[in-house]
Amino acid sequence: MILRGPYTLFRKEVLRFRAVALQTVVAPVITALLYVVVFAHLVARGAEIQPGVENLAFLVPGLAMMSLLQNAFSNSSSSLMQSKLNGNLVFVLLSPLSALEIFAAFTAAATVRGLVIGGAIVVGAAPFVHLPARDPAVVVVFAILGGAFLGALGLIAALCATRFEELAGFQSFVVVPLSFLSGVFYRVDALREPWRTISLMNPCFYLVDGFRRGFFGGSAVPPGRSVALTTAALVVTSTAAVALLARGYKIRS
Amino acid sequence: MASELVDPIHPPSGATPLRARCGGLAEEASVPLAIELRGVTKSFGAVRALDGVDLLVERGEALALVGPNGAGKSTLINVVAGLSRANAGTVSVLGHDVVRGYRAARRALGVVPQELVFDPFFEVREVLRLQAGYFGLGREQNAWIEELLETLGLAHKAEAPMRTLSGGMKRRVLIAQALVHRPHVVVLDEPTAGVDVEMRQALYRLCQRLVGEGRAIVLVTHHFDEVEALCSRVAVLVKGHIAALVTTQRLASCKGGLEAAVMDVVRAEGAS
Repeated sequence: MILRGPYTLFRKEVLRFRAVALQTVVAPVITALLYVVVFAHLVARGAEIQPGVENLAFLVPGLAMMSLLQNAFSNSSSSLMQSKLNGNLVFVLLSPLSALEIFAAFTAAATVRGLVIGGAIVVGAAPFVHLPARDPAVVVVFAILGGAFLGALGLIAALCATRFEELAGFQSFVVVPLSFLSGVFYRVDALREPWRTISLMNPCFYLVDGFRRGFFGGSAVPPGRSVALTTAALVVTSTAAVALLARGYKIRS
Repeated sequence: MASELVDPIHPPSGATPLRARCGGLAEEASVPLAIELRGVTKSFGAVRALDGVDLLVERGEALALVGPNGAGKSTLINVVAGLSRANAGTVSVLGHDVVRGYRAARRALGVVPQELVFDPFFEVREVLRLQAGYFGLGREQNAWIEELLETLGLAHKAEAPMRTLSGGMKRRVLIAQALVHRPHVVVLDEPTAGVDVEMRQALYRLCQRLVGEGRAIVLVTHHFDEVEALCSRVAVLVKGHIAALVTTQRLASCKGGLEAAVMDVVRAEGAS
């Protein structure tokens, strides 16, 4: 079977995060649900963020997408970094897998972890808030785009980093700000300039906005534009990741 | 000394190889060499780790690659395995260029790395099944995996997590991983480091069986008893080039035996 090689690597990556599910799945879900519980008290009586949408309901898709993005990044980056530093990446490098196949396997596994966590947050928040999910297909499309985009970014970060400290720096100074300042807690179109324009340059904003539209039907940006821009971001990061893998950047000498 | 220890049939560089001299062109085209390195050079910054290495390894042959630390043995293996890319020259495994035809070259090659590396998340049998899967192999390989577990004394550890194994057991798993896709060419980089006598004997038997099946073995080692027990030829690598390439029998017949002969080659090269 021609796809057995990349499928095996994908399966191994999924088994890897499943083996430490307490750390890789349960902990981020609990953290996000704690946000929900805390915000339930804080925002319930505040001014309406999005007309016609309960404030807590507005937050939940954003929190789910933020966790999805951060954990997709963590999955591919920490797995590749660990394998690189421990030396057991050699088993993949000695195999006939191509750069594209390695990329696809790592990114797909990162997406799966993101989807599991995002889905668990939405399901876990359901007792506290009404989420209509008007267009489930839109929810799924943006969830997959987000997981793949951050999974690819995680590969790039792990390939470029030589120490865990550098990877942690990338996560703290790039991934967390991008995912946090993407309209998770507020409507970007209600921001003042220049913050609105700056937010529009953040690809995670389009993911959160599109994902939220799948639940409530309204968005700051037309969904077609969000799909196009996030797909473009995915293509750019994927191309860069495959190119680095093909070159063997910092993994083959 | 070194110049006397150049195999007239398998010259290390510059001369006509065996097949061009003795074999017909048709034969050469139909039966590719197990490993073929031509003018391979590899540098790391200012350090030239491999300096125009020519080396031909026949199918069904066991070749020992010996030399002092830092001679370039691991670099040579890494270049053959595609873990390093040569700056100049060509490398092929079973006739497949390791860069242009990397898929076929890697399917033909099994490598036991020197370092004790392992994936801590999995059990022994799972590790072997995953490794077979990377090569596109599925359940059809299960019987062979069970045979490897038995042969390498790992059957009772098949369900053990990798992180719980001793160093010697981890080494056995590395050997099994290298053989899991039944490669035609096997490179073993110091495979007996840290393993007990029983395992060493089992490994000798396994290597003899592989050679008997027509597979080629390149054994990197500092143990000359292993060389005498397993290998028909010895390549002595010094300062990134093949200083001697000769039959084990001929080296062993030198005054002082195999080890003394190799040491003479190394000293002669060091002085040059």
